[in-house]
Amino acid sequence: MTTTLTVNGVQHSLDVDPSKPLLWVLREQLELTGTKFGCGIAQCGACTVMIDGVAVRSCVMPVTSADGRDVVTIEGLAPGDGDLHPLQEAWIAHQVPQCGYCQSGQLMSAAALLRRNPSPSDAEINDAMEGNICRCGMYGRIRSAIKTAAAAEGTGNE
Amino acid sequence: MNKWTRRAFISAGAVAGGGIVVGVALRPGNLADDLNAVVAGEGETLVHAYVKIDQDNVVTAIVPHSELGQGAQTALTQMLADELDADWNRVRFEEAPALREYSTYALGRGFLLKDVDLPSFVVPSVDGAMMHVSNFLDLQITGGSLSIRATGQYGMRVAGAATKEMLKRAAARAWDVPMAEIETENSMLLHRASSRAEPYATFAADAAEMTPSYTPTLKEPSEFKIIGRSVERLDIPSKVDGTARFALDVRLPGMVYATTRRAPVFGGRVARVDDAEARAIEGVLDVIRVPGSVSTAMIGGYPETGEAVAVVADSYWTAQRALAALVIEWDTQGHETLSMAGIYAQHDRDLVRTDGRESDRTVGDVEAALADAAEVVRADYRVPYLAHTCMEPLNATAHVRDGLCDVWVGCQNPLGFRREIAKALDLDEANVTLHNHPMGGGFGRKSRPDWALQAVHIAEAVGRPVQLIWSREEDIRQDCYRPAASSRFQAALGPDGALLGWHNTYVEKMDPPEAPLIPYSVPAQDIGYFQSPSNVPTGAWRSVDESQQGFFIESFVDECAAAAGADPFAYRAALLADRPRHLAVLERAAREAGWDRPVGPGRGRGIALKESFGSIVAQVAEITVNDGEIWVDRFVAVIDPGLAVTPDGVTAQIESGIIYGLTAAIHGEISIENGAVQKSNFHDYEAMRISAAPVIETHIINSGHDIGGAGEPGTPPVAPALANAIFSATGQRIRELPLGKHVPFSSGVLVS
Repeated sequence: MTTTLTVNGVQHSLDVDPSKPLLWVLREQLELTGTKFGCGIAQCGACTVMIDGVAVRSCVMPVTSADGRDVVTIEGLAPGDGDLHPLQEAWIAHQVPQCGYCQSGQLMSAAALLRRNPSPSDAEINDAMEGNICRCGMYGRIRSAIKTAAAAEGTGNE
Repeated sequence: MNKWTRRAFISAGAVAGGGIVVGVALRPGNLADDLNAVVAGEGETLVHAYVKIDQDNVVTAIVPHSELGQGAQTALTQMLADELDADWNRVRFEEAPALREYSTYALGRGFLLKDVDLPSFVVPSVDGAMMHVSNFLDLQITGGSLSIRATGQYGMRVAGAATKEMLKRAAARAWDVPMAEIETENSMLLHRASSRAEPYATFAADAAEMTPSYTPTLKEPSEFKIIGRSVERLDIPSKVDGTARFALDVRLPGMVYATTRRAPVFGGRVARVDDAEARAIEGVLDVIRVPGSVSTAMIGGYPETGEAVAVVADSYWTAQRALAALVIEWDTQGHETLSMAGIYAQHDRDLVRTDGRESDRTVGDVEAALADAAEVVRADYRVPYLAHTCMEPLNATAHVRDGLCDVWVGCQNPLGFRREIAKALDLDEANVTLHNHPMGGGFGRKSRPDWALQAVHIAEAVGRPVQLIWSREEDIRQDCYRPAASSRFQAALGPDGALLGWHNTYVEKMDPPEAPLIPYSVPAQDIGYFQSPSNVPTGAWRSVDESQQGFFIESFVDECAAAAGADPFAYRAALLADRPRHLAVLERAAREAGWDRPVGPGRGRGIALKESFGSIVAQVAEITVNDGEIWVDRFVAVIDPGLAVTPDGVTAQIESGIIYGLTAAIHGEISIENGAVQKSNFHDYEAMRISAAPVIETHIINSGHDIGGAGEPGTPPVAPALANAIFSATGQRIRELPLGKHVPFSSGVLVS
């Protein structure tokens, strides 16, 4: 069966088992390895991608559910031409990553949050980000970086 | 350290002599061509085993430690670059290959020997403190918070300074001027009198022909330009755009995927496998029995791992479904009766054994102190097994063919892994190439090669590249756990509450040996232990014994303060009169936390202090009790690491150690019933999430003492500070972890 996926603006026609989780299609078929495997049961958030602008745990989403929809992975978060997304800039400014393994998922959850709420409160950040575990424990820096990015976005839009 | 102390000289001497070849004194020009071939790329000159310079004058540090996220590779590069007077904007690093020339053994041993000039026959017992001596050539360990303390101080700085000397000598010859007149700055050689200036690259080839000194002149701390600066970590940009390549991200032509299930009862075997249903799934290529292993390149107990069954398939997802479809009958080898109740009952029996108690410290007459005491305080403490749950599940990719083996893995001991793999495949070590990757967390788990051995066995069987991926469930059920431990205390208090006697017996002991020792001035002390082995695999877990001992000791001191009717901070401070470094850390923590201000109704505050891995850390925990639930509001931490090479990196490590410690203190419990681990994934083996994470404030004291670690010392004070805060708020003294078993914790905090 053929599934049509748009990933980071590129359309792919894939002959895959429709029940195969999107995560493994991204990693194995498309070799987009920035999206990570952490738990396989939507408990840790390492596999988070955006589908039509909403954060989704790709490890439990059958690829067929993404058929015809717009998938953005960490590889597609930056606007391109060497520029980074404001969240990526803020992640560097606050030196957020340690091991870095969960950070693709953290960034995608944060990006989805800022899309729907450009200026989130601490409580809103906690709500949106609590599905993403960081075993290096960089939660304080994640909170700060999201606020920095939100402020930068706000300035940019004026 | 511009003078060569005996300690430093022994370290370097161990490097140069004794037949142990290590990078510090290695001469690339003279060296086996293969090192050059492996390490130096197009247009690059290997000037020193740890330093490359390319034609564009970019300096690359070759770092013999793995990156687990702790930032050590950046900090080590800073140390080398500073001594080399390199232009930081044109400095890179790369991880050293798993070759003996990059063994960290000699550096680690030299560090451990300190000022003691030991005859060689006692060296094995010294080595035994950290590692098995029989593997002495094959250690490339990242652990024990040693990277900066040992490799940084005695490896990278020496390499940088020695390289600078060789470059200056080469320039002096070419320019025909005295070497003393040549200055170095930002990767340039300067001779001001003749207005000459050339980049390092100009003389790299000449310098590479020289033999590096292993006692070059090192800078005084006041001369540091890069050490002590919070530079941006060099690996972070690749960790925000998805380009960082973890081992799980390796992609090879023709690669297939595998996943395994090992005997759930530790040490078990496979009795029978019915794989008909599994093999019928489209995409399944093979079902293989994988032998167990005995690993030696590690600390910890019960190194035997059980037999496993592996499924090889076109996708991890296929392999995972096929694994679930297998019907496996296990032979539990008589271990199926093991349970937590049985393990703790064994601890209780061992704690009162009359023979075989090993002593950590005996001072004064504790029996007399207890007999004469105005009050005796008694308490028993206990902590369960803990898993590591690195974010990146265990995985390794292997290709075995024509007597050669390539392995792609993220591990904390590349040389040790290479040796174990060679042994398992009956290959010469030279025919095993280990490609090490940054790790998605390590925390001690990735120092034990059991899963990598599975990968090479599977790859050998299928004859093509295979990526083995463990499920999270397998990761939690087949760990080498932080040991369960029990500790029994008796303290003798004088009429004024003064601590006069300290008696402590615990099970069991791993490393480091000083973990159970107290910094407090108590005239009579008897601290000792019994080993209480089981067949549960145990190993290093962030800070090793320090985290259990931190909880035991710092909770019990708090009990003594309470019995004495004293303030917990003041009580500790009075016992630290002759430990000024500890006292300064404790006092700073109390001051920064506002200890002298009332904490307010419904709130609690606890303090704890633990020295570990050469650094001293004090923490103050603040909590709120709301509707009977505990909310962790704030942690204030102070660390004296001697000198913080990268202050923001040290701060990040303390933040990390606190959250890791909170997960363990509140949630962490690996329970064993019927011989097997009951927990399986993040829904039942919880990790602290952002919504429950407290605000953390970290303060650094650069006392100028020897550099200590940062990756581990943040964890040991966490559980006792929190338990002591709970006691201050509720009067409830909790003597067993996880605390969440005894009081409910909120899953969220209100962040102001």
